[in-house]
Order: sequence, then C-alpha cells, then structure tokens
Amino acid sequence: MSEINATDIGLPTLRAASVVTERRPVRIALIAVAVAFLLLFLVLPVAAVFQQAFAKGLGAYFESFADADALAAIELTVLVAAIAVPFNLVFGIAASWAVAKFEFTGKALFVTLIDLPFSVSPVVAGLIYILLFGSQGYLAPLTQSLDLQIVFAVPGIVLATIFVTFPLVARQLIPLMQEQGIGDEEAALTLGASGFHVFRTVTLPNIKWGLLYSVLLCNARAMGEFGAVSVVSGHIRGLTDTVPLHVEILYNEYNFVAAFAVASLLAGLALVTLVIKSLLEWRYADGLAASARH
Amino acid sequence: MDPKPTTIAVEGIAKSFKGTPVLRDINLEIRAGELLALLGPSGSGKTTLLRIIAGLESPDSGRITFSGADTTRVPVQKREVGFVFQHYALFKHMTVADNIAYGLNARRRADRPARNEIAKRARDLLDLIKLEKFADHYPAQLSGGQRQRVALARALAVEPRVLLLDEPFGALDAQVRKDLRRWLRDIHQRTGQTTIFVTHDQEEALELSDRVAVLHAGRLEQVGTPIEVQDDPASVAVLRFLGDALDVAAEVRQHRLLVNDRFVLVDVATRGDGPTRLHVRPWQFDLTSLEDAHVHGTVTSVYRAQGRAHVTIERPGGAVFTIDTAQAAMPRIDERVGLRIVGGHLFD
Repeated sequence: MSEINATDIGLPTLRAASVVTERRPVRIALIAVAVAFLLLFLVLPVAAVFQQAFAKGLGAYFESFADADALAAIELTVLVAAIAVPFNLVFGIAASWAVAKFEFTGKALFVTLIDLPFSVSPVVAGLIYILLFGSQGYLAPLTQSLDLQIVFAVPGIVLATIFVTFPLVARQLIPLMQEQGIGDEEAALTLGASGFHVFRTVTLPNIKWGLLYSVLLCNARAMGEFGAVSVVSGHIRGLTDTVPLHVEILYNEYNFVAAFAVASLLAGLALVTLVIKSLLEWRYADGLAASARH
Repeated sequence: MDPKPTTIAVEGIAKSFKGTPVLRDINLEIRAGELLALLGPSGSGKTTLLRIIAGLESPDSGRITFSGADTTRVPVQKREVGFVFQHYALFKHMTVADNIAYGLNARRRADRPARNEIAKRARDLLDLIKLEKFADHYPAQLSGGQRQRVALARALAVEPRVLLLDEPFGALDAQVRKDLRRWLRDIHQRTGQTTIFVTHDQEEALELSDRVAVLHAGRLEQVGTPIEVQDDPASVAVLRFLGDALDVAAEVRQHRLLVNDRFVLVDVATRGDGPTRLHVRPWQFDLTSLEDAHVHGTVTSVYRAQGRAHVTIERPGGAVFTIDTAQAAMPRIDERVGLRIVGGHLFD
C-alpha cells in the first residue's frame, strides 16, 4: 500500500495533467531512441568536424586560414552571398507582397514556380546554367559577343546560388503576409498615405522579424551551397572556389586538418544561424501572439 | 468639424465577384450630416457598398458623388473618408498617439501640419475618446472597446468629409457595444459629420441611425427612418430581417380581411378580392377562446420576462412559433389555445 501511494505521489501533477496513455517504460524507450538518433546523426558529426579541425592544435587550425587559396575562397563566398541574398530579399518581398495582397490570374502557377528550385536537384540547377551560358550553350553567342564569362567564373556561381536560394525569403513571407491580411494597409490608405509610405510604415514593420529570419536562412544556404556551384564553378583554385568547394579539394588532398578547419567555419555559421533563428522565433512568436490577441 | 457636411449619392452601383453579383443597381442618397445605417444579413452586400463608397473597391457600373462631384475614379487616398474597420486594423507597432497621428504624418511635407500641431491634435482626440492616459500604450495593451475608440480617433484625425464604419461594434461584447453606441451617437451629434455605418444588428441600426437602408441579397429593399421601416416594411425580406413573423393564409373579401373566415382589423381598402398571406409579429396575437380564434395550436412552453409572457405554440401541421403578449393569464403546457390576430402586414 505505502509503496503504491509513494509512486502515485511521485508523479501526481504529471499524471493528472498528461493525456499520454503510454506506460512509463514505453515513453522512456521512445525518448531514448529519439535522443540516440539526434546524437548519432546531428551532434556527433558536428562535434567531429570541430574535433578534426583542432586535431593538431590551435596553431595548425589558424594556419589553415593563412593560405591564400583559403582566403580567396572565403572572400568569394562572402561576395556571392552579398549579391545573392539582397537579390532574393528584394525578389522575396516583391513576390510575397504580390501573392498575399493582390488577386491575379496565374497566382497558383506563380507560387508553384517559386518552389521549383526546392524540387530540382542542385546539380540540375547548375547544369541549366552550363546549358545556357556554356561554350556550346544557347546564349553562348550573346555572351561571347559581349565578351562575358559566365560559367566557370564568378557570375555563374552567383546565378547558381541565386537559383538555389530563390524560394527561401518568399516561402517564409507569403504565409506570414497572408495571415496578416490587408486590413492594416487599407486603413493606412484611407488615411491618405501613399503606396510607398504604407509599405515603409505599415507592411515592413509587420514582417520585420519574419524577414530577418528568412534572410538568415537564405544567407546560410547561399554560403553553404555545394552542388549547383560545383557544376558551374570549374574549381579554379583561388579564383572560382567557394568555401564548400575548397573543403572538398583539401579533403581530397588528404589535408584533413585544413579541410575540417575550413569546414568548421561553415559549421560555425550554421550554429550561429540556429542560435539567432531560435532567438528570433522566440521574439517573433511573442509578436505574433500579441497581434493575434484581440 | 467640417463646416459643410458632405452629401453622398450612390447612383446605379452594381458589383459582382467572380461572376456572382453582390450588388445590383443600388441607388441611395445620404443626406448631409445624417447618420445612416446600412442594415442587412451577412452576404447582403452592405460591406461591399461601404467599401465602394470609401474607394476600397471599385464598382462594375454606376457612380458615387460627394456633394455633387463625381468621385467614382478618385483613389481612396484622395477621397478624404474616415474608415473604421470591424477588427480595428490599428498599427500594432505604433503607440496609440502615433496611430492617431498616422494620417497627418503621412501627408506630403507641404500639407503636413507642424509637429507640435499634430501632437496637439492627437491629444485633443485622446481627450474626445477619453483615453488621455493611454497615449504611450500599444494597441495590444488595450481592450477591444478602447481599440475601437482609438480607431475612430485615428479616422477623425484627418478631418474626413464622411465617416464610414464597417460593423464597428461587431467584435465587442454586449455591454461594451451598448456603451459605444451611445458614445458614437454623442460624437456624431457633436461633429455633425455625414456618417454611414454597416451593421447586421437591427437593434443597433434602429437605435442609432437617423435613417436605415435595408439590403437583402444585393438589392436595396427600403430606405427610411427606423419607425418607417418597422411600421411599414417595404418587403417580406425587410419584415423578416427586422424580427420574427408568422405568415398565415388569409383572404380579402369585399375589402375585408379574413383569416379562418373571421375578420381581422387590417386595412385592405385598396385590395381586390382573393387569397393572400398575412405576416403577423409575435406581439400582434392575443390569447383567446378556441371558438373565437384566427389560429390555434398546442402550448409547448411558457415563460414570463419583464412583464411579457412568451408562449410557444405548435400549430396543427407542426409549425412552431412564439407569441409575445402582455396578457396576465398564462396558459398551461399542452393546453390547446386560440389566438386572435390584432394586426399584421400584407405584401404583393
């Protein structure tokens, strides 16, 4: 009797509040499986990257970045992200504004097209640009007459990155803007505000958290893109190698410390993005809850 | 505020959405300084009509004039209307004072009042809506009723020519609704502004407005004072929308109206002989003996409230209706009772 009572008291609130019907051992087993998977497939690999990067000490780690090719790769990656992210930011805002606030024919098709880069393999995305701009490509006569080098050069890498990160901002903002509706904008219009003024003072503040969040994701993806960029880059060291491509080259040369050191930059970027994303989600959820309250 | 209140004329307005007509040939004149209610069930097109007057929708045909000038093609920003939305549409990221000042701050520099003047206007309006202490609060910190007052102040701040309110009290609970109604009436009396408000609540329309325009299925059924639409509804739709009514078979014979072969005191002097339907309000019945009855039935429930007896009766054939009488004698449940009709409405 006393034993039974003790266990009953041991978990009184949990038992009372919970709607879970599974018995304790089952629950523990399920949680253990989930945690084991997380450890095995997510935590361990990331930890391994850092472990390998620091395998020969801090000195060797930092030396990896002193290499001119590594520096060039980092520079190129930053440059590509600095072009691709603002481009997709502007496109994403424009597209979600159009989809969420206006009715037009072909809207469903438009939304589907925005999603295309998500469903196409990045390698195919890269090949598209080879087909278009390669030396035998459809647009080769045009680029040659203008003396433009697109593939195996920076413009191709930028194009491939834009393609791959195309849906990120729009996908994030469309549901947000649709949920917010057009009531606030209509109110501002009846008060005499011009279209641009409404956008700046009403629409933009309403989406700022979602926007920041999507830019972060877009940036992480732009910097980490491998497949599409690999196809169009041509792997010219110091010229058309981005950070992910450089990692591969170093690894293939059995230069593990350098490979993992450079890789740790990308892993670090991912972690920082996750932390900021979580902070934003927390902030953003708060904001959303406040706006949903009547 | 406006020295000369605006007259609004709605001329032959029609509108469909994706092939479904929502407004058909609406003609309506809103007099200067009047408080007009657009009343109708949901889907009657009343909100669409209000939005067309505001410039938030454009009509398929017809035109809108403000004091005689055609405004059909004038964009919403230039129409100088104050619009109040059902769900307030306050700017969440701005304080109450900034919300109220929004319209003034949005003006081009040449037309914009000086900063301290804008601040003074916002303060005056906060006084008017009795929220002086809430200038620095955010909308999320206010109750529904307070938010709607802020929304009204924001609309008034730009000194609009007309004030348009779309179900302004629809999202509020009963007590707050009643308070805000009285308060809106006060504000209207003080500003004398031409005001149109949309509602599906008959009581609200009848209590607040100078005139009521009743819409049904995209058509304007009747425009008149609250008393006119109640005493003399223009159609069955108006009658039904303004309250319950039982329709009974009747017959006109030699300028007398008969129900169940017994005379009813309703004027049919101008009607020819023949069968018709008489629409009777719950309070146009008296309980009587079965021999004298125009209609009869079995009592299914009875209750008394505020001096009136509400008796629910099932007629032979199964139709159930409730009458509302001041008579003191209450029938028992399952008792068969007779009813005498003391008034009613005829159409066609």
